[in-house]
Amino acid sequence: MTIRFLALVVAFAALATVPYWMPGVYYINVASQILFYAIFALGLNVLVGYAGLVSLGHAGLFGVAAYAAGYMLQLGFGHPLAILVALVIGVASMAIYAALSLRSTGIGFIMITLALGEILWGLAYRWISLTGGDNGLSLKSRPELFGFSMSDVNTFYYASLVIFMLSLAAMTVFVRSPLGAALMGTRDQPRRMNALGYHVWAIRFYACLFSGLLTSISAILFVYYTQFISPQTLALTASAEVLLMVISGGAGTLLGPIVGATLVVVVKTVVSGFIERWNFLLGAIFVAIVILMPEGLVPGTARLWRLAWRQRERGASVTPGSAEAKP
Amino acid sequence: MSTDTQKNGSQVPALELRALCKSFGGLQATREVTLRIMPGDRQAIIGPNGAGKTTLFNLITGIYPVTSGQVLLFGQDVTSWPSHRRTALGMARTFQVTSLFPKLTVLDNVLLAIKGLRPSKFVMWRFLSSYKEVYDKAHHLLEQANFLDRKDTEVRNLSHGEQRQLEIVLGLASDPKILLLDEPAAGLSSGESTEMSEFLMKLDPKLAILLIEHDMDVVFDVADEISVLHFGQILETGTPESIKKSPRVQEIYLGTD
Repeated sequence: MTIRFLALVVAFAALATVPYWMPGVYYINVASQILFYAIFALGLNVLVGYAGLVSLGHAGLFGVAAYAAGYMLQLGFGHPLAILVALVIGVASMAIYAALSLRSTGIGFIMITLALGEILWGLAYRWISLTGGDNGLSLKSRPELFGFSMSDVNTFYYASLVIFMLSLAAMTVFVRSPLGAALMGTRDQPRRMNALGYHVWAIRFYACLFSGLLTSISAILFVYYTQFISPQTLALTASAEVLLMVISGGAGTLLGPIVGATLVVVVKTVVSGFIERWNFLLGAIFVAIVILMPEGLVPGTARLWRLAWRQRERGASVTPGSAEAKP
Repeated sequence: MSTDTQKNGSQVPALELRALCKSFGGLQATREVTLRIMPGDRQAIIGPNGAGKTTLFNLITGIYPVTSGQVLLFGQDVTSWPSHRRTALGMARTFQVTSLFPKLTVLDNVLLAIKGLRPSKFVMWRFLSSYKEVYDKAHHLLEQANFLDRKDTEVRNLSHGEQRQLEIVLGLASDPKILLLDEPAAGLSSGESTEMSEFLMKLDPKLAILLIEHDMDVVFDVADEISVLHFGQILETGTPESIKKSPRVQEIYLGTD
């Protein structure tokens, strides 16, 4: 436990001082990207990891919130209102999503979310008067926060970090809350939960809303970061990418999605600068993860760590034993 | 509750089935089942495999919609109610296939079960472990069931017999007035099922119990009244002695010996 606490303190200190030790502006921007993709992955993990519902349409929701923010700004509304409206529309879309897709679980749920994601992608592509179609929407500015301009790389990073920490804290409490426990109950024993008096559908629905909130938050950060949004953001590949972040890091763990987001973003941005076939590399990494640690990087590493620890202890106890046996 | 029967509380059956029918396509799984269980009654339903016992339970608890007939809980028609609302009215059930939360501890299983009927089950900004009153109740339940020493054990590490008992503890967590037990002794050794009978006989005498069971020792220990189900129909109802002696029952179920 103390090792874990120490590791968390070190990780936090490293995150808090990123602008001071990163070799350049580019890398600070990569760190910002990791942070908001991690929030996105945390949001999807609520469903994939804790509810046992795999969504393949989350990029659609992400896109709706991002377009909402972008469109509001284009209409000339201020940043606070744009952000608020984007959050409301993001969560409301999730509610519709959930109402349609929670009619089934398992494969059915995957297929419905996939279809809904594709519908939203098609809308973004075709509804040119609203979304600008293939040309996308461009944002002119980032907001100012307490007099700090978010156009500054470091300020944007710290704003992302604060929002990320808040999201992670919310997630930590959620997992241990009655609703979080109930959600995991519906994942493992829906029949029993029903017999205990839980409304299984309602619990899943609330979890979806929470997931939608985190997704919208990350979408708003994304749209301010890139200052541009196009239908590409809503594509199926984007949905699959987040899902891979969750699964590769470890679904149903707090840190897994963050590790997964880091892995994907680093390979996509940094490594792709050196290796042309970075897609191949990412694929190879996923295959390796699936073969070596099917439960994901975080639980897998924890398992290997425990194994090594136990072996060392056994090694320590065996040596004096064998010494006794000799004479 | 309906008004005319409410004054005379003891006269209201905890559970009443009126001509309950269920068909799956052409198969009539439940035919005209009429049953009445008063508070404190201990009834058992026996019958060969495929007689429709579990289907009957699923109708009573609202997992399947009924084809025709009525289910009344404490005088109230709940035929069209979903399961979780029936639970809120005072009904609880256990499952033939153990349905616990294997990766949670014994204590967490009970906490989750108690939380099921509290409005605060939807709270997401507080720790589950911070609800003192729920915790105390879980403690009390585990104490009664002699599980206190194992409260921090993960459920998957319990023996099958212990899991079957915990299954019932979870059923009791909602303070039910009627408990439906679906083969509580399924897969237990003879020693374990004796323990199970003792465990069941220690339960609150005011609690009505409807029991499905294959283990005749458990049935004859626990039940005051037995109904025999055959092809979805109630063939005979009576005391354990009369059922034991009934030639028809012996023919279809107990075998001739």
